[in-house]
Amino acid sequence: MPQQITIAVFSENKAGLLHRVTTSFTRRKINIESLTASQSEIPGIHRYTIVVEITPADADKLVHALEKQVDIQKAFWYANEEIIYREIALYKIRAEAMKDGSPLLEVVDRHHARILSVEKEFTVIQKTGRREATTQLFEELEPYGILEFVRSGRVAISRPMKELKDYLSELKVSSLR
Amino acid sequence: MSTKTKPETATPSNHITGSEAVVRCLLEEGVDLIFGYPGGAIMPVYDELYKYSDQIHHVLVRHEQGATHAAQGYARSSGRVGACIATSGPGATNLVTGIADAMIDSTPMVCITGQVPKHLLGSDAFQETDVMGITIPITKWSFQITEASEIPEVFAKAFYIAKSGRPGPVVIDITKNAQFGKLDYQYEHCEVVKTYVSRPEIGKNELQEAADLINSAERPYILFGQGVILSEAEEELKSLVEKAGIPAAWTILGLSAMNTDHPLNVGMLGMHGNYGPNVMINECDVMIAIGMRFDDRVTGNLDKFAKQAKVIHLEIDRAEIDKNVKTDVALVGDAKEVLSLLTPLVNTNTHESWHQRFKECDVMEFDKVIRNECDPTEGMMTMGEVIKNINQHTHGEAIIVTDVGQHQMVACRYAEFKQTKSNITSGGLGTMGFGLPAAIGAKLGAPDRQVIAVVGDGGIQMTIEELGVILQTDVHVKIVLLNNEFLGMVRQWQQLFFDKRYSATEMINPDFQKIAEAYKIEAKRIDDRADLDKSIEDMLNHDGAYFLEVMVGKENNVFPMVPSGAGVSEIRLE
Ligand SMILES: Cc1cc2nc3c(=O)[nH]c(=O)nc-3n(C[C@H](O)[C@H](O)[C@H](O)COP(=O)(O)OP(=O)(O)OC[C@H]3O[C@@H](n4cnc5c(N)ncnc54)[C@H](O)[C@@H]3O)c2cc1C
Ligand SMILES: Cc1ncc(C[n+]2csc(CCOP(=O)(O)OP(=O)(O)O)c2C)c(N)n1
Ligand SMILES: [Mg+2]
Repeated sequence: MPQQITIAVFSENKAGLLHRVTTSFTRRKINIESLTASQSEIPGIHRYTIVVEITPADADKLVHALEKQVDIQKAFWYANEEIIYREIALYKIRAEAMKDGSPLLEVVDRHHARILSVEKEFTVIQKTGRREATTQLFEELEPYGILEFVRSGRVAISRPMKELKDYLSELKVSSLR
Repeated sequence: MSTKTKPETATPSNHITGSEAVVRCLLEEGVDLIFGYPGGAIMPVYDELYKYSDQIHHVLVRHEQGATHAAQGYARSSGRVGACIATSGPGATNLVTGIADAMIDSTPMVCITGQVPKHLLGSDAFQETDVMGITIPITKWSFQITEASEIPEVFAKAFYIAKSGRPGPVVIDITKNAQFGKLDYQYEHCEVVKTYVSRPEIGKNELQEAADLINSAERPYILFGQGVILSEAEEELKSLVEKAGIPAAWTILGLSAMNTDHPLNVGMLGMHGNYGPNVMINECDVMIAIGMRFDDRVTGNLDKFAKQAKVIHLEIDRAEIDKNVKTDVALVGDAKEVLSLLTPLVNTNTHESWHQRFKECDVMEFDKVIRNECDPTEGMMTMGEVIKNINQHTHGEAIIVTDVGQHQMVACRYAEFKQTKSNITSGGLGTMGFGLPAAIGAKLGAPDRQVIAVVGDGGIQMTIEELGVILQTDVHVKIVLLNNEFLGMVRQWQQLFFDKRYSATEMINPDFQKIAEAYKIEAKRIDDRADLDKSIEDMLNHDGAYFLEVMVGKENNVFPMVPSGAGVSEIRLE
């Protein structure tokens, strides 16, 4: 059964690499739900966090196909139980909707969202959480008029205690040819 | 700049242009032959090729696709990296088919393409095309050089990546400013790339598990493929096969890794392979796959493939393990290395009665298929009797290069081999037009060997312009055109699966004799069985290229055949 799977890809940051990463998905007609690129804990090593909906068996194949790319150092896949993950969402609301006494303040509070910026004509609300939580807030803000909405891709931290460094040192190379 | 007098023996300066650096990098990597076609964005490099022409032989092809296939043929007959070069835009896009072919068949190749100057990238400049974007999905690695100083390191890495691990094609796209720019040239060979494991470490436990499985097997069966040739593990394979007495079958790309007449070589796997090797897949108890990737032309329907067997898979590419066939023991590593560790752990055995099973199947296949195909006495000539006749004259010493279609299957089924690296064909991509240019490359890669291109009337017309290379470069390849005046392989499917509706498969062909003649190539056409033997002898004895056109039966079919979607045991003999 297809399920939500988070793939972490570690590589050096090189021009053209993102294309190599994404073609590994597109050629298998795997739709990328979200993709986030960032640095990792190791200097010079970049990390992509990619969310897809596939079976664990396909995830195995995909991870091996990614890993065999010359510029990719390591790739992992995780089921949702194996990671702690969040997305960040920003909501732009008309200033009038936020005036004193507005029920909106209560909504923001109840969702543990925060007011990121108050400008003359608008306010930006920030909410960090899982997809359901940011969506829930979206629905509650909608009646007040959302001028602009954006949500980041997923960022995820794995639960197992093994460090990337350990995996990398396991990649032993015997005689070189 | 000083104007002092030059020293007597001038060592080459190291402050050089990017384009000179390109040529010197090629020399560092042992490239003495390159296939290509010039054009605006690569002219500086061509100017250097001119100056270095005593050290690098440039072969002018007639279409860039021909350059890639020639480089592939060269790589596969010589075991070295094939090199080709083209200009930007259309020159680069013409390489695409050959790059894709080299990718799927794991052929080491480095392709150099010119590119518009850096400051014009993305401006829709004249002959600008996104070569990186186009080739990323079909290369093992690629890099766009925009500064001259990047050249040595990128070339070193490119050659290392192309030939190490599971080999494959690499593209280097070089902007024109980088060709004109200067650098302080220094070359260091690449021996490691941090993010890439070319030789995985072999698991000791897995080796023992594999040996235990083999030692306990009653009906063990080896399937081997091109990985054996790429790893140069032919001797190691033979030792294992002989010590443990295991019947071994080859994939099409594994052909010639063992002698055809070796008593334990049971023949060819797959859709048009031999009967026994297919049927026994579902009777063996331990299957040992070596350097082969369980292509769907080999496995047929996976749900009906070796379900009863324990599977050992020896592969250098971890991504191939469990991709198509579920493995019980994975031996991830280089075939030569792994086999040399595995064989000492296996027991001596013979498995006589198990071999007998293959022999019984061989008799059935001979009666139903081979006799008629290879020894017909009436009607039009058959492809099989032509190949058989070639065997009789070459004694299995020739390199057989094929195009794609029925003639390819027949050549692969019946050609005999006594040396490795002797079968060169487009397997995974099945690229029509591969044969002629690949044969030219194969001959240049193995000049002392007889190279025979077996081609169809359809495929040869896709790259027939490469006869021009034979004319200009005087390459002594022998071309055997098996002319059935049909796109035979497709016609066969139409006959069997589309009620003989021959949609767009009948060919009105040109006079091939006149074409060969126009290129000053000795040519002959025969349609009478009585002329076959003498014609093949004349062709082989002729000191030069030769074009032999053999008119064969128009509607002959290749059997046996595993119909698509069927299991390997459902192979049809007629
Ligand atoms: C019309 C047509 C019909 C065909 N019919 C058939 C058919 O009947 N039978 C058939 O067999 N094929 C057939 N083919 C070809 C088929 O499509 C595949 O190309 C072929 O089966 C692949 O063979 P392979 O797995 O040995 O080679 P490859 O595809 O080259 O795979 C080689 C494997 O070896 C591994 N390897 C590389 N180097 C090493 C090393 N150093 N150590 C260990 N492993 C290594 C690679 O990672 C790879 O997985 C047909 C093709 C066409 C066009
Ligand atoms: C470039 C390309 N186009 C189409 C095909 C599909 N195809 C496979 S075999 C074949 C027929 C080949 O005809 P011919 O070269 O005459 O060989 P024959 O089968 O008759 O021996 C075709 C069209 C292909 N493999 N490659
Ligand atoms: Mg034909």
